[in-house]
Parts: sequence; C-alpha cells; structure tokens
Amino acid sequence: MDVLRNTEAKKGAKTKKQKRMNECKDVEAETSVQADSVEEEAAFPPNFSVSEIKNKQRRHFMFMKLKQEKRKRKLELKKKRKKEREALGDKAPPKEVPKTIENQRIYDETTVNPEDEEVAFDEGTDEFSSYFNRLTNPKVLITTSDRPRGRTVRFCEQLSTAVPDSHVYYRRGLALKRVIPQCISRGFTFLIVINEDRKVPNGMVLCHLPNGPTAHFKVSSVRLRKEMKRRGKDPTEHSPEVILNNFTTRLGHSIGRMFAALFPHDPQFIGRQVATFHNQRDFIFFRFHRYIFKNEKKVGIQELGPRFTLKLRSLQKGTFDSKYGEYEWVHKRHEMDSSRRKFHL
Amino acid sequence: MQHDDVIWDIIGNKQFCSYKVKTKTQNFCRNEYNITGLCNRMSCPLANSQYATIREEKGQCFLYMKVIERAAFPARMWEKVKLSKNYERALEQIDENLIYWPRFIRHKCKQRFTKITQYLIRIRKLTLKRQRKLVPLSRKVEKREKRREEKALIAAQLDNAIEKELLERLKQGTYGDIYNFPIHAFDKALEKQDEGSESEEDEVEDEEEDDEDVGHKEFVAENEIEESDLSDFEDMNNLKGSSEEEEDDDEGETSENEESEEETEAKGKSKGKTPLKGPVRKKRAYVEIEYEQETEPAQKSKAT
Repeated sequence: MDVLRNTEAKKGAKTKKQKRMNECKDVEAETSVQADSVEEEAAFPPNFSVSEIKNKQRRHFMFMKLKQEKRKRKLELKKKRKKEREALGDKAPPKEVPKTIENQRIYDETTVNPEDEEVAFDEGTDEFSSYFNRLTNPKVLITTSDRPRGRTVRFCEQLSTAVPDSHVYYRRGLALKRVIPQCISRGFTFLIVINEDRKVPNGMVLCHLPNGPTAHFKVSSVRLRKEMKRRGKDPTEHSPEVILNNFTTRLGHSIGRMFAALFPHDPQFIGRQVATFHNQRDFIFFRFHRYIFKNEKKVGIQELGPRFTLKLRSLQKGTFDSKYGEYEWVHKRHEMDSSRRKFHL
Repeated sequence: MQHDDVIWDIIGNKQFCSYKVKTKTQNFCRNEYNITGLCNRMSCPLANSQYATIREEKGQCFLYMKVIERAAFPARMWEKVKLSKNYERALEQIDENLIYWPRFIRHKCKQRFTKITQYLIRIRKLTLKRQRKLVPLSRKVEKREKRREEKALIAAQLDNAIEKELLERLKQGTYGDIYNFPIHAFDKALEKQDEGSESEEDEVEDEEEDDEDVGHKEFVAENEIEESDLSDFEDMNNLKGSSEEEEDDDEGETSENEESEEETEAKGKSKGKTPLKGPVRKKRAYVEIEYEQETEPAQKSKAT
C-alpha cells in the first residue's frame, strides 16, 4: 500500500515530468516512473535546465523543487561537516573565516601605522595642529547654496544643534570668495556650505578657515529629527564626545582630524552625548546619540539628532577655490571605482 | 509689387501659414523677422511690403529693412543697418532710417530695440554673478552608489560599533570617577591592595574616615616615640601578652599578672593613647581599638 501511495504521490509530481518527458521524447521515463520511484526521480536528458520548460507554472514548480533539493543537500553537507569536526575534537582544523569585503580589501599603501613618526610629525605641523594644541576653539558657520528650500533649512538648523558653537546664516547670493575673508575676520574656524538640489541637500563643502583644507562631500540619506523612529529629546548645549571609526589611510586620517576639529576639545560628560563619524567602504556615516551606562558591561544608546552619510569627492589644499585650488585628492570615477575591493579612506 | 492684402487673406485667415502658431487665446508668428511676434495684419512680414525689424546678433543690434523690389531674391531682400551701442544714438538712427515710414513700424522697432538692450544688460550683469553649474548625473552610477551605501550601512553595524567604543572608553577610564559601578570599583580595590598601597581604599570610603585615619596616624606616631624608651619596650611585651589573653579570656580570670598587666594597660591608657597590639599594624576601617575600650572598664573595676 505504501508503495502505491508513494507512487501516487510521486505521480502527481511526476505527471508533469511525464508530460515533459513526452515532450523530450524520452519513452523510458514512463516505464521507469513506477520502477524507479524510490531511486532517481526521472532520467533527464543531459544539459537540461529548468529554464527550458515553456510552461510557467510547471517551470516554477520545478524550480521550487530544485531549490528545495539544493537546500536539503546543503543542510546535509553542513551536518556531515559538523559531525566530522566533533569527531576530530581538538585535531579539527580551525574554522574558516568567511570572506567579507573588509577582509578582501586591497591593501592601501598609505595606511597609517600608529607608530609612524613621519605621520606624527606631519600631524604635528599641519593646519589642524593649532586646534590639537589647544590654541584655537572651533567656531562653525553653517550656510547653504542660494535660495534654500525648507528641508535644507531645517537640516542646517538641526546640524547647528548637533555641533556646539555653530551659527546658521542665510546665504543671500554671496560669493564664497567674499564670504571667506569676512568669516576669518570674525574668528570662525570652519565654514560648512550645504548644497541643495531639488529641495534636498546633496552636497557639503567643509572648509577649514584660516588657510585650511577644503573637503567636498556628497551628502545622501539625510534624516531629519522628526523622521527618526524612537528618538530622544533634542540635544542639549553640552559638547558631545566624538567617535571616529575606521579612518585608516593618510587621507582618512586627515579627514578624521577635520571632523574632530569641528567639536570643542573637552567633551562634557554630563551631557552624555556622542557624535559618531563611522567610515565604512568610503562612506562616512554620521550619527548623534545619547548614551547611558546601565552597568559596566552594557550601554544603552538613543538616537537624537540628524543623520546623514557623506562620501568624499575631493580634498583641496587651501580655502575654497575651485578654479585655481590645488587638489590633494579628487575622486576619479573611472580609475577609482573600477575595483570593488579598493577603498581610499 | 506684392499684393499684400491677397497674401494676408490667404495666409492670415483662410489657408495655411507655416509660421503661424495657434493657441487658445492668441496667434503667434514664428517668423524670425517678425517685429512683435504676434500674427497680425500689421505684423506679418510676408503680408507687408514695407517692413522693418530689429534683431540682435552676439550683442550687436541691427535694423533690418525689407526691400520689396528684391522680393524675387529672398536672400538679398533684407537690408541691415548696424545700430550704435549708445541707446539714444541708436534711437536716432532708427528714426533717420525709417523716416517717412508708418508710425506703427517705427514705434514697434523702437520698442523692440529697448527690450533687446534691456535683456542684453541683464545678461552682462548675470554673467558677472555666480553661475549655477549643472552637473549631469549618471543614473547608473547613482544607483550603484545607493546600493553600495546600503550594503556599507549593513556592514557597518553602527549601533554595535558605537556601544563597543563607549564601553572601551569606560574601561580605559576616560570618564574618570563619574560612573561608580560596584564590581568595577571592587576590582580596582583588589588590584591595589595586592600592590600594597592604602590610598585607594581610603578613596573608596568617605572623607570622614580619611580624617579618622589621619588621626590614627598621629596616634601611631606618638606611640612610636614612646616605644623608643626601654621601659616601653617591656610594656610592649606585657601589652602583647595581655592583648592575647584579653582576646582569649573575657572577664573571668583575675590573676595578679593580669591585674598588673591591666594596670600597665591602664597606664598605657592613662597616657591617653591606645595601646598597640604588637608592632605597628595597618589601620583598618572597622576599629578594633573601640573593642578594647569597651572591655577595659569592666576589668578595671575587677582590679580595684
């Protein structure tokens, strides 16, 4: 009885196959269906793939079956391997580390070695040294391109709450070349210009003022405060801590120092706020959180503040001068985007 | 001569004119020599033998006049006069060239010339201001970037990274003493007791206890000074023995030795200092000395 039921069940599946068999003119299959119900499913002609079946329903069904079988085989293989591991016990070979893009990243020769003296010397004498030697305090001016729309304006306001000691000014069609000397005379250390396109911020120019480098970023995925789920209250006036993650190369180092110089030296731990710039695969994610230590092994974080991602487009020595400036680094799409494993920051 | 009315009758009203653009409310004329841009009897360059326009080329304004005698040679039909850059001078030029022409054409020419000069001025002003540079976006590239960004976001695991960093900072002590987690402090205390320093333990306690310890230190110092005498050394030995017996026996025994020892103890006590149990000991938080004080009065009474 079981055999019969088996065959019937398989027949249901196999009738479709049978029909196909007929299409493929394989007569043996019909006889083999009853006989080989337990062994082979059917005798397919070689080089047969599921995609050749013209009927969509049948094709879909066969494909699902194929996937299930694959999955089953994979599970069996896994189990077998696990058993072997356990059987070997200590002698088992170490677990293989899966390949990730970060693992496979092409080694960049400009990666900074922490003990590198030359880098340390450079950093002691570059434009940010005055900040890191506590000679200057950051003062940030945030502005936009001409005629900003509501979203950009709100983004600027929220950004100014995240960065302490920052001021938002409306750009009344002024040329940046004229704005910069005025800023310098008023003691600003940083100029941020948010460029807008079609009512959405899409670019940022970050200019360190006395004579410092200018970085041009592409801004994407901007989330304003009201769009964020489970967010906390507005940030307070306390200076946040700064976390800079994954800035490994020389270029990354200089950009990281630039970000660090935006914020005051001494974070006020009472405020429990932290601003994070996390670099992953050349995308810099900015987040602003409030944290609380529940015990010494656990910390809870709650996101306040705007979030956005940056991608560096160019780094220019000196203040903003797109025509005559000397570019330290420019993103060249055809050269630099050709490899998926090569990153520059 | 051309039959203007006939021409107008045909192209203006009845049949097709390829320059005519019809909208719901108005008809426009797309002819490049049209002076007003509308499709009218007076404005049609094809239906007027006597016609003039102003056109500008690369910032230069010209007065074009139609010479109807050359209607057979359309390429040579229009005569152009370069107008002066000076506005008033140019207006005078228009007047002298179109002298005796119908008022309509003269007026419209001047109007058109004014408009053209105005927009030329505007162009010159705008080019001095900042130009908006339009950068073409490649759709493929934008999509690729977006996809990569999403994957990078997933790979980044931001929350975990931030939490890890914060915990590391806590461990390294960048936050100082703000956060007092018991296990953390206890571990600290354990470490430092092993090293043999006492200050950390005091830090853990309140400041009052620090003061007490300071007081105790003073006691110890004075006792040490006393112990420098030989007599005190003997007393020290007696004290040692007595302290041991005190701990062992409570109030029961009343041997002479004990009494003498108690007297010496009393002596020691009378000096106002706490007797030492053996050599200088580490000061502890809970004060053993208090214990001794409690028991002594009872023994004193027994002695007497």
